[in-house]
Amino acid sequence: MDKIQQDLLEAVAGIHEVPEGAYSLRINGSLHGKNSSENISIVKKEDKPGIDIYIKPGTKNESVHIPVIISQTGLKELVYNDFHIGEDCDVTIVAGCGIHNGGASDSEHSGVHSFFVGKNAKCKYIEKHYGSGDGNGKNLMNPTTHVELEEGAYLEMETAQIKGVDSTRRETTAKVMKNATLIVREKIMTHGSQYAETDFDVSLVGEGAGARVISRSVARDNSKQKFLSRIRGEAQCTGHTECDAIIMDDAVVSAIPEILAVHPEASLIHEAAIGKIAGEQLVKLMTLGLTEKEAEEEIVNGFLR
Amino acid sequence: MLEFKNVSFSVPGGKDILKNINLEINERFVAITGPNGSGKSTMAKLIAGIIQPTEGKIYFNGTDITDMSVTERAKMGISYAFQQPVRFKGITVRDLISLAAGKDTSVSEACSYLSEVGLCAKDYINREVNASLSGGELKRIEIAMINARGTALSVFDEPEAGIDLWSFNNLIKVFENMYERTKGSIVIISHQERILNIADKIVVIADGEITECGKREDIFPKLIDVRAGCKFTKNT
Repeated sequence: MDKIQQDLLEAVAGIHEVPEGAYSLRINGSLHGKNSSENISIVKKEDKPGIDIYIKPGTKNESVHIPVIISQTGLKELVYNDFHIGEDCDVTIVAGCGIHNGGASDSEHSGVHSFFVGKNAKCKYIEKHYGSGDGNGKNLMNPTTHVELEEGAYLEMETAQIKGVDSTRRETTAKVMKNATLIVREKIMTHGSQYAETDFDVSLVGEGAGARVISRSVARDNSKQKFLSRIRGEAQCTGHTECDAIIMDDAVVSAIPEILAVHPEASLIHEAAIGKIAGEQLVKLMTLGLTEKEAEEEIVNGFLR
Repeated sequence: MLEFKNVSFSVPGGKDILKNINLEINERFVAITGPNGSGKSTMAKLIAGIIQPTEGKIYFNGTDITDMSVTERAKMGISYAFQQPVRFKGITVRDLISLAAGKDTSVSEACSYLSEVGLCAKDYINREVNASLSGGELKRIEIAMINARGTALSVFDEPEAGIDLWSFNNLIKVFENMYERTKGSIVIISHQERILNIADKIVVIADGEITECGKREDIFPKLIDVRAGCKFTKNT
């Protein structure tokens, strides 16, 4: 790994070298290394790029790292990763994609992730997207995520895209069974002329199913964002979608939440708010000695924390 | 320390909020009081630089600060506790105290500022300063921030407003302690007898004008009389 690749790895996975335990590290379009552990096996797909991750039932307090790094300009890839999480597991999956594009052609990573979370299993999924580089080539990322939660399963997804991704279209679909819970926390910041679109489609199909989709975003400069969220209640269930955006400069933000109940016991809420930074927040921090610019940074960083 | 020279403030469209205020503050603890709408909060905002006077000049330690920004004044040593504290999403109590202190505060430092205002630091230090905090809790955090800054001049705009009666005694104690310890000057806008009673100087404002100004011993008894006779409300 060179310096650029190490920096990317640090930005998306918080690590400097190959991680301990189960991992798969993909660099510039090919598998750089992988390691299975006793309970977690990582198997390369034969028919298409990507991996299958099998986590044995009952695996507790273990984690898997699956970062993707691209530093070669113009590289485009589509990768399929499937997560098979056994019953009664309690695991953490850390994914992430970092692109450094120093050249003139566009680099693109599109990941299709499928989660099959077994009965009463608990999983936390953390994903960071980051781009850097001084070339004219764009950094593009288009993740697609499919989620299936079995009875009593719990999945918490934390996704963040804070810097350097020129264009992204994130699509997430989920099917939530009886007493299962899906929590999504998304954080996005766009600047320059970036574009980010997210599209959630969650079906609450089992009795006692629950979902919370929470998006916080900041749009600066001339960037554009679009937030779509659809929660379908097909049983006695609870669903909550929330979009909270700070708009700055000449940015454009659109939020389109939709809740659809096809069962009389479905309880669904949507909230969406877009607004600039409150003037009194700026003034308060300025009375503590911060300049307006510093105050703005502090408020944005807190909001996206 | 602080001087208002012929300061007037009016809102566009006409109404005069403050009329030709001349005031010198050199004492360590000055209370400004007067009926609602008399212009007290406007004075506090003029000191902090949030609004600028329509006429007149404001001096801080001899420097004309009339045209200085909020940030510049804060850096010179002026602190201002809001009457209605501001809420933030994602920013924690510790963040605000660190920003106020101008450095990363350790847990024990932050703890001392918080316990001084009657909050158990352990419960609050990592809380977000958002809608989950009550009005009273926010007011205390606001005061803790001013303590953490420790500047030459601290202006408090009705710190007791919205604080329950039970906590009120504690709050008075906070200011009594502050009076003992602080090296700077405190200007406090208040209606509370017990706060007025620890001031070195009391300034009474009614209808945008200073109607009384002097030592506590001279002004305080008059205020008590006034309350019976309701002089200010009758006149305005």
